[in-house]
Amino acid sequence: MEQRAKITTVVIHLILVLVSITMLVPFVWMALTAFKSMTEATSVNPFVIFPSVWRTENFTTVINNMDFPILYLNTLLLIAGRVIAAVLTATLAGYAFARLEFRGKNFMFSLILFQMMVPGQIYIIPQYLMVSKMGQLNTIFALVFPGLVTAFGTFLLRQAYMGLPRDLEEAARLDGCNIGQTFLWIMAPLTQSSMVALGIFTAVFAYKDLMWPLICNRDVMPLSAALAKMQGQYTNNYPQLMAASLLACIPMIVLYLIFQKQFVEGIATSGGKL
Amino acid sequence: MSNIKKGTSRERNEFMWGWLFILPTMIGLIILNIIPIFQTIWESFFKTGDFGRGNIFIGAENYIRLFKDAEVWQSVLNTFKYAIVEVPFSIALSLVLAVLLNRKMKGVSTYRTIFFLPMVAAPAAVAMVWRWLFNTEFGLLNHIFGGNVQWISDPKIAVFSIAVIGIWSIIGYNMVLFLAGLQEIPRDYYEAADIDGANGIEQFFNITVPLLSPTIFFVSITRIIGGLQVFDLIFMVMDKNNPALYKTQSIVYLFYQNSFVENNKGYGSTIVVLLIAIIMVITVFQMIAQKKWVYYN
Repeated sequence: MEQRAKITTVVIHLILVLVSITMLVPFVWMALTAFKSMTEATSVNPFVIFPSVWRTENFTTVINNMDFPILYLNTLLLIAGRVIAAVLTATLAGYAFARLEFRGKNFMFSLILFQMMVPGQIYIIPQYLMVSKMGQLNTIFALVFPGLVTAFGTFLLRQAYMGLPRDLEEAARLDGCNIGQTFLWIMAPLTQSSMVALGIFTAVFAYKDLMWPLICNRDVMPLSAALAKMQGQYTNNYPQLMAASLLACIPMIVLYLIFQKQFVEGIATSGGKL
Repeated sequence: MSNIKKGTSRERNEFMWGWLFILPTMIGLIILNIIPIFQTIWESFFKTGDFGRGNIFIGAENYIRLFKDAEVWQSVLNTFKYAIVEVPFSIALSLVLAVLLNRKMKGVSTYRTIFFLPMVAAPAAVAMVWRWLFNTEFGLLNHIFGGNVQWISDPKIAVFSIAVIGIWSIIGYNMVLFLAGLQEIPRDYYEAADIDGANGIEQFFNITVPLLSPTIFFVSITRIIGGLQVFDLIFMVMDKNNPALYKTQSIVYLFYQNSFVENNKGYGSTIVVLLIAIIMVITVFQMIAQKKWVYYN
């Protein structure tokens, strides 16, 4: 029995290690290629796995050609704009939907649920036309625009408030707090973990968004759209394409490795509660 | 008397604060989402005029064109092919991985971190590196397997190669959702099964799958909807002159092309309406089918 349990554990580890290798190979290959020369990358006989010299030219070339500092800044502003707007509006609305009784609430909440069920592509053309009419194409505002409010986040925060005990609120009201004060000082701080979850969820999806930045901005680009544009220009210079990809991925991966628990819980619990 | 008055003033108070709190979200939602739904449907009855001539009402012409458009139906087929591979494989693999990780064992959190990694990578970068791995002449895959497979330019297999990227990207995400679901299953069930002499595979099918079925249902519904909306991977992996493009372009890819490359937003809107109709029909079928296999406590 002991013996059998041991064999099982070894087999499980073996499977998990094999899967881990499969998950990591693309990232490793991205990094290895980024340090190679074009000749090394396209050498078949012998097939080159490790670069002979760890060259950094590919990185310096793409950093200069693509103006990476600006791309990082644009991406940061896009993420910050959407996260702040989403957390702020969703916290307010989530509280009202969970704890206040007022006329029109049920109908408004049904709109929230309705929005969550409709596939996102239906909004894109009208949103583009709005931004275009405002003369805001090619701005950071355009990038943030579709994420100014979030039905999904409102739903998520409403769930969080519904899980809090009622006596806290009653006590605060008896002490003379009005609804705004109760919300701000007592209730909102208790939903911090849900706010963090929504923030991470929003940040990751803003960072991954490709179609909207491609549509609304030609010059003020975040990383995702800039990579797409670069692929069109340097179709086959894989060492440079991989260097750019690596530079685009690293900040998020580093953040992820530092805040693993929050990331996994943020993305998964958000997704799971949908 | 005074009680009633107090009640109404409290009601009025909640009414005021309630609307104040939901107002930013509702204004945004109505402008950004609710009105655009109707605008897109409305737009699908128009042709976007050339050279800024504005919109021309053409009635059902876009829909007639849509039904006769072989490219559109091919894209529907491509999208289904993609989803039929990506969804079941990613769900089955991540379910197995979640079960393997749902135990006290060294390294569990490291494995979880690794499997989840693709979730935080930019799809544009993911697509580029896979394109490079798939490269016929210089790619790592053909080198390892010693073949000469045209992974992404052979029209017969390209869509499945892209589905492989999709599976690789989403496994970790599904797995974390399953892990959360697995934690809700009481340990006693497995202990009882152990005493009865059921092996791991029997326990998987007789305890894990039925008790996890609400999570499996939720994940499959969201994955099918997500799979039918595939765009990033196809846009990034397939070049304009790739011979397999016709057999891989998805519905959303065609929507993008028509609306923003060819600038016919009317026809683009018609394609979106088709996409939504397809997703709605499939979701309704799933809702009906769930009664047969999803087990709620």
